Amino acid sequence: MSARTFRIWRGDSDGGRYAAYELEIQPGMVVLDAVLEIQRSTAPDLAVRWNCKAAKCGSCSAEINGRPRLMCKTPIHELPEESPITVEPLHTFPVIRDLVTDVSWNYEVNKRIPPFTPKPDTEWLIGQEDVDRMAEFRKCIECFLCQDVCHVLRDHELQSQYFGPRFMVRVASLEMHPLDTLDRTHLLADEGGVGLCNITKCCGDVCPEHIKITDNAIIPLKERVVDSMYDPVPNLVRSFTKRLPLRIR
Amino acid sequence: MAQEHEIHDYDVLVIGAGGAGLRAAIAVSEAGARTAVICKSLLGKAHTVMAEGGVAASLGNVQGEDNWRVHFQDTIFGGKYLNNWRMAELHAQEAPDRVRELEQWGGVFDRTPDRKMAQRAFGGHTYRRLVHIGDRTGLELIRTLQDKAVHSGIDVFMECTITRLLKDGDRVCGAVGYWRATGQFVVFTAPAVVLATGGAGKCWQVTSNSWECTGDGHALAYEAGAELVDMEFVQFHPTGMVWPPGVRGLLVTEAVRGEGGILRNAEEERFMERYDPKRLELSTRDVVARAIYTEVQEGRGTPHGGVFLDVTHLPAATVKKRLPSMYEQFMELAGVDITKEPMEVGPTCHYFMGGMRVDAETGASSVPGLFGAGECTGGMNGANRLGGNSLSDLLVFGRRAGDGAAAYAATAPSPAVDGAQVAEAAGEMTRYLTGPGTEDPFALHAELQATMQANVGIFRHRDGLATAVDSLEWFVERAARLHAPAGGAAYNPGWHACRDVRNMLTVSEAVTRAALLREESRGAHSRLDFPAYDEEWARHNVVVRREGDAMRVERRPVVTKSDLAQLVDERKAAEAR
Repeated sequence: MSARTFRIWRGDSDGGRYAAYELEIQPGMVVLDAVLEIQRSTAPDLAVRWNCKAAKCGSCSAEINGRPRLMCKTPIHELPEESPITVEPLHTFPVIRDLVTDVSWNYEVNKRIPPFTPKPDTEWLIGQEDVDRMAEFRKCIECFLCQDVCHVLRDHELQSQYFGPRFMVRVASLEMHPLDTLDRTHLLADEGGVGLCNITKCCGDVCPEHIKITDNAIIPLKERVVDSMYDPVPNLVRSFTKRLPLRIR
Repeated sequence: MAQEHEIHDYDVLVIGAGGAGLRAAIAVSEAGARTAVICKSLLGKAHTVMAEGGVAASLGNVQGEDNWRVHFQDTIFGGKYLNNWRMAELHAQEAPDRVRELEQWGGVFDRTPDRKMAQRAFGGHTYRRLVHIGDRTGLELIRTLQDKAVHSGIDVFMECTITRLLKDGDRVCGAVGYWRATGQFVVFTAPAVVLATGGAGKCWQVTSNSWECTGDGHALAYEAGAELVDMEFVQFHPTGMVWPPGVRGLLVTEAVRGEGGILRNAEEERFMERYDPKRLELSTRDVVARAIYTEVQEGRGTPHGGVFLDVTHLPAATVKKRLPSMYEQFMELAGVDITKEPMEVGPTCHYFMGGMRVDAETGASSVPGLFGAGECTGGMNGANRLGGNSLSDLLVFGRRAGDGAAAYAATAPSPAVDGAQVAEAAGEMTRYLTGPGTEDPFALHAELQATMQANVGIFRHRDGLATAVDSLEWFVERAARLHAPAGGAAYNPGWHACRDVRNMLTVSEAVTRAALLREESRGAHSRLDFPAYDEEWARHNVVVRREGDAMRVERRPVVTKSDLAQLVDERKAAEAR
């Protein structure tokens, strides 16, 4: 097998530079294998976050040749041979060191989403079709690649106004649970900022779990918000009743 | 190095945020105690996400005749009668409630036609028993517990590594660790600590385990004076990927066989017919792993040194629906379409049956204030764990350890921290950065893995085990001179590895010494020089504990329970027929 050159960003919050490393490539190697081999052999302090190396935990997110990807799921032979392979930390989150970023903001957002809330006397029967619908959202491995690529967060830095695609997926999994009783449409419209998404679908493009984030989560949530908050008929009814428990299923 | 460290005070510390740690923390918090969860990785990334097949619970949704007694019998038979009987009983009895509770917290599982939780077949389980969602049940479990935990007022300390438990006399009174991001030390004080740190598969070369599985809890417990039990029993999962080299060891879920996958050697023979004609591919993991290893050793392996696992006789749509992540894993990492071609698989180090010896009811160890649950504890699984019993184990005993720790903390004296112990713990880590040592932790780790792989694998022999003990003693001596090869305290993997390697050395020594003592073959422990079961050993566990600086290894009678004897005898008689 041939040798490849890796350009890996090294630095911290004060700035950094790209360092070049040459490595012999073994068959089937993924970018994470290469980064760990570079760490073992020549750069023992190269900071990288990883866990399962099986695309199940979502820890090893990075930007490879400019694209947000999981390092463990990016085979080296798929990357163009004529140029070096560039590996950088996620751009949307503050760098801690080298390829490791501070993604703690995501965990703070999650705390603001009211959890699953069933009726007290629920009979626990669910159809497989409901499971299949929710399963797409529950596949999410929280790699935050969608948060990284989202223009609202990455370019406009509106973290204070939009939860980001990952948490639209999270809310969708709750809202579409047939035994959940909460209505999160006001949360979505207000602090969740679902209206800020302008449907460019970049989030779904980078999702390693192939979740159709925009089509299956964000757009249906936008529709729910519109239906419950701006539809004239319920608004008229609402003027007579105190609060309309509107849950369109 | 600053003299004053960051200090946090809690009622209960939970170390580890996999399924056991999170379930324990939820129980502690429900008991009204102030709870901290401390984890080496980000929340939700623990090794529990790797569990694929399902969680075992005798709900009887698919086969109504299932009940806890059969689950108990299956577990004890799978564990070759070395399990702590009371743990196996509690596990079988309480698993159904723990699974229902997950559903009530928002967990989503595949359904039967009558809209109940579906259950799939798995090795060693008499009935279809594993609640699952596709082949990513572990992720579902951890996400459900994570979301429950973050709304339960639990404080989570992410990317924080604990290196030492603090003691006040005989009692545990806290822990010292460092933030991975900065290298700053942090002190936690609490009258009770729950260890839930998982396994130590990183001691071997071919493993399904992530970097985290370095036996931290096993080592912390041992150093604090707690007893370890069943350390000789390390589960080699029969089916890991063998090709390409970058993914060697990566898990191929048992659900593949549960859904009807067939094992064949290079001569296209369905070889399990020779090893276990009754259970075939769904025999217990120890049996299937030995069978595959033997086929390869005797020259009937595939070109890459494995055997074939075939699902091509199943409809492609079924494979993609029931085993979606396996389909993707092979397609993306090996370029193999498993609906059209067989997979190549071989054994991979997967799970520790052994760990801290705990009380079945409360998870209490032999050290006051120190509790544990999940893979870092021993007793529940005996000589071999059944697939699916790990997720149920961590739910049942995570809750029990959390309850036990909270009850203990409510009446325990306030912790009194000894500054000298804190300084010693910080000093050890500082020495790896600024001391005179020159041992490279990555190189020492690689040597350790080679030794364990060669001498303490699926088949063992006195000569190899003795060689391993000699090597380990030499490694321990060198470990005193470990040093980060470069960099400072901020997110430095070379520095972090120094302590990880020391933990793995402690665990490896415990495994090897226990394996040397048990002169028989049973479950996951196969001695070429003692190939048969031994009746005397059938009644004994091996316990490892620290005495001064020496590791003591001794026999201890298996924990039995008279009212369960009939169930056990029934099963023994049935298996003898």
